[in-house]
Amino acid sequence: MAATAPPRSASEAGPDSGKSAGRGRLRPRVPARLRQLSLPYLLLLPALALELLIHIVPMVFGIIISFKGLTLFFIHNWKSAPWTGFDNYKVAVKIHQPIGQALLHSFWVTIAFTVLSVALSWLIGTVAAILMQDSFRGRAVLRAVFLVPYALPVYAAVITWTFMFQQDTGLVNHVLHDQLHLTSNKPFWLIGGNSFWALVIVSVWKSWPFAFLALMAGLQNIPRELYEAAAMDGAGVWQQIRKITLPSLRAVNQVLVLVLFLWTFNDFNTPYVMFGQAAPHQADLISIHIYQSSFLTWNFGSGSAMSVLLLLFLLVVTAVYLLITSRRRGDADA
Amino acid sequence: MPRIPTQPSPMAQPRSFVWTRRVVLTLLLVFVLVPVYVMLSSSLKSLSGVQGSFQWIPHHITARPYIDIWKTIPLAHYFMNSLIVSVSATLFSVAVAIFASYGVSRYRFPGRRLFTVTVLSTQMFPGILFLLPLYLIFVNIGNSTGITLNGSRLGLIITYLTFSLPFSIWMLVGYFDSIPRDLDEAAKVDGCGPMGALFRVVVPAAVPGIVAVCVYAFMTAWGEVLFASVMTNESTRTLAVGLREYATQNDVYWNQVMAASLVVSVPVVAGFLLLQRYLVAGLTAGAVK
Repeated sequence: MAATAPPRSASEAGPDSGKSAGRGRLRPRVPARLRQLSLPYLLLLPALALELLIHIVPMVFGIIISFKGLTLFFIHNWKSAPWTGFDNYKVAVKIHQPIGQALLHSFWVTIAFTVLSVALSWLIGTVAAILMQDSFRGRAVLRAVFLVPYALPVYAAVITWTFMFQQDTGLVNHVLHDQLHLTSNKPFWLIGGNSFWALVIVSVWKSWPFAFLALMAGLQNIPRELYEAAAMDGAGVWQQIRKITLPSLRAVNQVLVLVLFLWTFNDFNTPYVMFGQAAPHQADLISIHIYQSSFLTWNFGSGSAMSVLLLLFLLVVTAVYLLITSRRRGDADA
Repeated sequence: MPRIPTQPSPMAQPRSFVWTRRVVLTLLLVFVLVPVYVMLSSSLKSLSGVQGSFQWIPHHITARPYIDIWKTIPLAHYFMNSLIVSVSATLFSVAVAIFASYGVSRYRFPGRRLFTVTVLSTQMFPGILFLLPLYLIFVNIGNSTGITLNGSRLGLIITYLTFSLPFSIWMLVGYFDSIPRDLDEAAKVDGCGPMGALFRVVVPAAVPGIVAVCVYAFMTAWGEVLFASVMTNESTRTLAVGLREYATQNDVYWNQVMAASLVVSVPVVAGFLLLQRYLVAGLTAGAVK
C-alpha cells in the first residue's frame, strides 16, 4: 500500500507546488529558513492550544482555587473569594478531624480497589493473551467477544451490572441464593461491605479486555525464531511461556500497568453510575469523594485542595514507578 | 490491510496446555457474556418480568420496551446529541493528532520531548481536578465573548477531543515512525511540500492507525459521564446522562433501561468489532517504541 504512494504524488506534484508558491506570495517577508524552523511548531500548535485550554490552564486555575475560600457564595465572582493560604490543605490532612479522616479513609479504599482491580485485570489479560497466542478453531470470534466489555459504553455496561446486583430482582442473588443456596438470605450488593467487591468485579470486567488487547499487540512483536530456537533446544510450551513470552512482554507491561493504575485510580464513571452521588462508605472512591466534597457542599476551595493532593500523589507514584521499572529493564537488557 | 498473523506453535501442544486453554477461556467467556445476556433477555421482558425474582429465560417475550424507550424519555434527542458531539470530537481530534504526530515523528526540534511528555502526562490528571476550573473558564468565556461553551455541544466537543488526543498522538507517532522516511523524502524531491508529503504519502500509508485512533476517540466521547453530567443542560444532554431518567421516584423501568442500553451500545460495539483489528495493529506499532 505504502509502496504505491510515491508515483502517485509525483504525478500530482504540479498543483501542490503551485499552492505552496501562492502561500509564499502571501507572506513574502518570512524567510524560507524561518518558515522551515517554525513548521514543526505550527504542526503542534492546535494540539498544544487545546491541551492548554482544557488541561493545563484549568489545572493551574485549580491550584489557585485551592488556596482560596471559594464557596457557593463567590461562585459567580470567584476573584473576590478570600485568600486562605494553606487552610484548605490543613483541613484535608488533619486526619483526626472528620474531613481529613474521611479523606484518608477514601484514599485507602481507593488504594485497595485499584491494586485489586489492576492486579486481576492484568492477570486475566495476560493469561488470555498467552492462551490465545497460537491459532485454534474459533480464536478470531473469541477475541472479538472478549473485547465487547471494552467496547460497550461505560454507562450501559455499569447500569447492567447495577441491575444484576439488585437485592431482590438481580441475577447475582438469584444464582447465589435461589439456585445455589449459598446464602441464607439475599445480601445487599450496592450498600454495605459488599459494595466494595461489586465495584471490583465491575471494574475488572471492564478493564481486563484492554490489558488483553495491549498484551496481544505486544505478543506479535516477539520474533518467531525465538520460539523455534527454544523448541529446537527441547523447551516445552510452559517453559517457552516462562522463558520467552513473559520476559518479552516487559516493555508492554511497564506502560500497561501504569496506564491501568492511573485509569482505575481516577475512575469516576463506574462508581458514579453504580451508586449515584452517594457512594456507600465502604466503596467511597476518591474521585467520588472529592466530587461530593465540591459539588454537594459547594466548597470548591477544599475540593480543589484535595484534587491537588491527589495529583501530587499520582505524580510521585508515577515517577517512582518509572524510575524503578526503567532501572530494572536496564538491568535485564544489560 | 494489516492481518493479525496467526502463529502456529513450532511444536505440538501438550494436552495440559490445551485443557487449560479450554477451561480458562470458557470461564472467561461466561464472565464476559453474562451481562450481555442479561441486557438482551431483560430488554425483552415486560415490566412485571423484571420486578420479581430474576428469570434466566423470560416467561413472556415482548418487544414493547423497544417502543416505550423513545416515549419515556426523549431518547432520540439524547441520541442525536451524543452522535453530534462524538462524531465532531472524533473528526477534530484525529485531524489535530495527525498534524501533531507528523511534527513529532518527522522533525527534531527543541521542546519535542517536553511536548510529548506534557501531552501524555495529562492522562494522569484526575478529571475531578480540572472539572470545576474548566466549568468556571467556560462560564467566563461565555460572559466576556458571547461564545457559549458551558451547556453547549461545542464546549463538550472541545473537551472530549482533548481526552482522546494524548493516546491518539502516542499511537500515531508510533505508526508514522514505522513508515519509512524515504517515502516522504521521495515525495519532497518530486516537488511536494511537507504538507503534500503528509497527505499524499504518510496519511495514506497510515490508514490502519488512523482508523484505530478514530475508533478510540469515538468510544471515549460516546462513553464519558463526568463532564457530561456537569456541562450539559436539558437540550444538550447526552445519553450518558439521559439514561438515568428511566429511574423515577418510585420505579426503575429495568426492562426499558436494558433495551435503551442495548440500543445505544449496538452502534459502538458493532463499529468496534468491525475495526478492532486496526486497533490491535495500531497498538502494535505504538508498542514497538
